[in-house]
Amino acid sequence: MTTAEQNRRLAWKGASAERKPQPPDNLGRIYIPDRVLGWIIPVTVLLVWELLARLGMLPPNWLPAPTVVGQTLYQLAVAGDLLKHAGTTIARVALGFLLGATAGTLAGALTGYLPIARKMLDPTLQALRSVPSIAWVPLFLLWLGIEESSKIALISLGAFFPVYLNLSVAMRHVDPKLLEVGKLYRLSSFQMVRRIILPAVLPEYIVGLRSGLGLAWMFVVAAELLGASSGIGYLMVDGEMTGRAAVILASVILFAVFGKTTDWMMNAIGRRLLGHRAR
Amino acid sequence: MDNRGFAQRGSVDIQIAHKAFAGSKGPLVALKDILLTIDPGEFVCVVGGSGCGKTTLLRIIAGLETDYEGAVFLDDKQLSGTGLDRGVVFQEHRLLSWLTVHDNVGFGLAGLTPQERSQEDRSRDIRHYITLVGLDEFEYEYPHQLSGGMSQRVAIARALVGRPEVLLLDEPFASLDALTRMRMQQEILRIWQAERTTVVLVTHDIEEAVYLADRVVVMSPQPGTIRNVLPVRLPRPRDRTDREFVRLRRSVHDELFAPGATAHLVADNF
Repeated sequence: MTTAEQNRRLAWKGASAERKPQPPDNLGRIYIPDRVLGWIIPVTVLLVWELLARLGMLPPNWLPAPTVVGQTLYQLAVAGDLLKHAGTTIARVALGFLLGATAGTLAGALTGYLPIARKMLDPTLQALRSVPSIAWVPLFLLWLGIEESSKIALISLGAFFPVYLNLSVAMRHVDPKLLEVGKLYRLSSFQMVRRIILPAVLPEYIVGLRSGLGLAWMFVVAAELLGASSGIGYLMVDGEMTGRAAVILASVILFAVFGKTTDWMMNAIGRRLLGHRAR
Repeated sequence: MDNRGFAQRGSVDIQIAHKAFAGSKGPLVALKDILLTIDPGEFVCVVGGSGCGKTTLLRIIAGLETDYEGAVFLDDKQLSGTGLDRGVVFQEHRLLSWLTVHDNVGFGLAGLTPQERSQEDRSRDIRHYITLVGLDEFEYEYPHQLSGGMSQRVAIARALVGRPEVLLLDEPFASLDALTRMRMQQEILRIWQAERTTVVLVTHDIEEAVYLADRVVVMSPQPGTIRNVLPVRLPRPRDRTDREFVRLRRSVHDELFAPGATAHLVADNF
């Protein structure tokens, strides 16, 4: 490189360095990272809420202060109630989800793989799906009694449909061009499923599992509100009966935390399974 | 049957009387009276416009289309269905996005039992073909990390790993950019010379056909028939600007656009 060229390069570099990168101008001239932005509203609401409660401007039996809700949670934990109720609810969700997702997987795989099974089963399942699931509650109670079975059945039903639908549709939409590659290399039906179809449907299947898990949490609330002697839903009803708003709010927080945590776990498992694929 | 295939394997004898697809207004005749004999180790390009049945012809040889009148023989043995004696490369790479380059190439052996091909043999063959297509450094990358040309190289390695006698390519470079396409054309010649397989390559690019082939099979549509077979006796590597090369390109072009031929062609080279 000649000296003239080097000089030109330096001059050019200098020119570009003079233009400083502009920070994202989101609040006037103050720069706030995006992660912090999301916290502004909830923290402000909590602070205002706490302040109003402390000033006696909110009726404590309707809307207790956040710190009171926190204390209630702590007391529940110390007394062992938290572990008992949360444990019951988590067990219900786990069992219901396991049953529902398994049934959804089997039905989805069957209808996705065999067109004849889809033609026979899918209309019925779609018709059943259009019934609001809570509408099954009286029947479940009549058949299975007020004990665990009816709750588990309701949760399973909630988890079933998203898993079934996602898997069935995904299996039907596996790229026929990839299946042709399998045919070219003379894969058996079993190898086709294991080596092409299953990996191909995995992303949609995981989406189905995640929505199924979300619905399982929704349905456990319904099941426990409708009649239970333990569980976080029962805690809510108990809070309502005894006029303790703090217990109800604490239960809401517990549902939010558990729901979010299990969803995050499922997502992490999914990401691990999908590994290095292009998004 | 002739016995030209005795010295080397990979002779293809195509005798297709009739191939039709079901259309909304009755059957559509895709191929009619196709008679073609390909010598072992020969490089044949099939050129024609869209709808001339050239892809259907390739799919019949591959064993992906089995519903037709006629027969295809490989080394005097009648073919039925797909088999590892033929390797296929499509226009799209058709790689499995969840497998590495290594495993995608190995997929070409997925239908073989461990008795038919041992684990060590598999690894050795996979490595061999990854090296042959020049992707050593990318053995453990995933398809989305590869360029179009690299993906097509993986597809070629996958097609070859079962050590086929015939390599079938269906417009393999059509979706690549012009420079990559020219490089891949040189590459496929190099691979062909290294492997000594018979090659049938379908294309709509006249220059590509003349550059690559020992013989250019010109097809015309409705119904798909062989219009002419033109031998290319130029030595390789061929010069695309050579007088004889240009003359051959012109004669393939004339053959395609001759009166009666209704092929729609990409003829921007003229």
